[in-house]
Amino acid sequence: MSHGPSASGGALVAASPHGAHQREPHVPVFTGETLVALETIMSRYPTKQAALLPALWMLQDARGWVSEGGIDEVSQILELSPAYVKGVVSFYTMYHQHPVGRHFIQVCTTTPCNVCGAEDVVRSMLDHTGCGDLGLTSADGKYTVVEVECLGACGFATPIMINNEFVESVTPESVPRILSELT
Amino acid sequence: MGYPHPSHARETPILSKYFGDAEARTLAGWRARGGYDALEKALNTDPQELQTIVKDSGLRGRGGAGFPTGMKWSFMKPDGKTHYLCCNADESEPGTFKDREIMRWTPHGLVEGVALAAHAIYAQTAYIYIRGEFTEPYARVTAAVEEAYAAGVLGPNAMGSGKHVDVHVHRGAGAYICGEETALMNSLEGRRGNPRIKPPFPAVSGLFGKPTTINNVETLTTVPHIIKNGAEWYKQFGRPDNPRSIGTKLFSVCGNISRPGNYEVALGFPFKDFLYDLCGGPLPDREIKAVIPGGSSVPILTREEAEGAIMDYEGFVASGTMLGSGGVIVFDDRQDMVRQIARLTRFYAHESCAQCSQCREGTAWITRIMERIRDGQGTSEDLDTLVAIADGMTGKTICVLSDSCATPVMSGLKKFRHEFEAKIAANTSMVTVPGAFRASAA
Repeated sequence: MSHGPSASGGALVAASPHGAHQREPHVPVFTGETLVALETIMSRYPTKQAALLPALWMLQDARGWVSEGGIDEVSQILELSPAYVKGVVSFYTMYHQHPVGRHFIQVCTTTPCNVCGAEDVVRSMLDHTGCGDLGLTSADGKYTVVEVECLGACGFATPIMINNEFVESVTPESVPRILSELT
Repeated sequence: MGYPHPSHARETPILSKYFGDAEARTLAGWRARGGYDALEKALNTDPQELQTIVKDSGLRGRGGAGFPTGMKWSFMKPDGKTHYLCCNADESEPGTFKDREIMRWTPHGLVEGVALAAHAIYAQTAYIYIRGEFTEPYARVTAAVEEAYAAGVLGPNAMGSGKHVDVHVHRGAGAYICGEETALMNSLEGRRGNPRIKPPFPAVSGLFGKPTTINNVETLTTVPHIIKNGAEWYKQFGRPDNPRSIGTKLFSVCGNISRPGNYEVALGFPFKDFLYDLCGGPLPDREIKAVIPGGSSVPILTREEAEGAIMDYEGFVASGTMLGSGGVIVFDDRQDMVRQIARLTRFYAHESCAQCSQCREGTAWITRIMERIRDGQGTSEDLDTLVAIADGMTGKTICVLSDSCATPVMSGLKKFRHEFEAKIAANTSMVTVPGAFRASAA
């Protein structure tokens, strides 16, 4: 779930910044080869709706996040209402509902990594990226750092994900080197 | 061959035999290692017979619940309806990372098991649902499926048998709850991953409303070995005095331990030997304080309890915990149990799908109170409140996520109560300020 539990009034990820990006015109993603690829995926399921998660992945891969315009486009192709699609998008933590830094860095801090010092990795990551706080993007648009719940690589504490890539056994000391390898 | 450590002499590597062996990832490499022999045999065998062999082998589900696999399959009859097989590769129980290595190193082993199981339950189509974060396992399994189609292993005439078997890979998008079987089906159908009320059970009305069987990655990867070597062969693995826990099991070990990683042992292995001999025991100059033996949802053991435990379904129950998914989390004497249990409850609060009130509110309030105690702001009434909330969350919801959040709190309170009390005793403030619901690292 990407929203915080009701009794808490808070969430792990800072609120989305509402700004000009919400008003930018949407350039269609599902044309040409991308549309053919989506149709191939749709042929694997008895319903069009079942292709929703894959379609949202294609949208995010192309645009970096899931925008309102993208949601409209997906909802038309899959014959769903935009509100329904938005409801699904907001359920899953990996779909970005607002633009994020070029390198989206997720640091696992769930218990198995926590006992191995994951919170120090988070601090080091915030210090070296200049993001200021979790969920915020650095001024140059390069980094966004968030904490993430169990990445399923507990034996390689602390694992982090940078966009779609895993980096394992990260320590506070290895953070500067890892960041220096990103462009 | 082990990964990332070399195989230990006391391991029984069947599933993990080719971990670390890059050649085993390819179709040619897999066939050279005897892969797909079992599938070829199975596709030319009556599904009823396959169900019987798996039932006789004693194999139980490796995802956490331990339901007998053959019995699950036997719910699927040749009724002429469309059937589906789902492979649950949404491994996200904290402490567990075994399916990840199976998919990374032996993706064809999984594809073989999935295709075999699909045939055994009278299904033409199978879906492998892989959690969104597992990008490398997703790429490996997708590549294996494509290779298998190109070679005619899958498709309308799978391995020349005349049987039609389709296997598709579906990527999740970040939600622990989608590892719950009915939530997984909702997610696959393009919905929010809310668990469904049971009954109807998946065998009656599952994916797209059709009879569906859902099995874990490790379970499905085991099946070809049983079909190839027979049920009697499989029965040799396990304690002679416990016929209810048969086979080998992958245990993922993490936390404060010398050699974290995946270890495959025959069920019935002594947990003390496992921790100290195979995994190398605690880090230098440290002692083990507590162990969670089966993923974060099972009760915590003290070191003494863990050292007396036997690693199988019944053995762990006898020690007051469960085998679960086989994710072993080790805590050493440096760890503050209140802090770590609070972190676990935060996990469940974050992952609650929020459709049941007991879970939505319970996980959030337990987290607030745990973090308040952690931060030295707890009161003695808080311990009673924790028990009351945990009681109100157990056995009252659609799925067991709620119970899973209550479990570490209840077992932690029982076994490490002195740590809770010490924190509360140190609270000298006149007014209690509720702990902010934010990660401590922020």
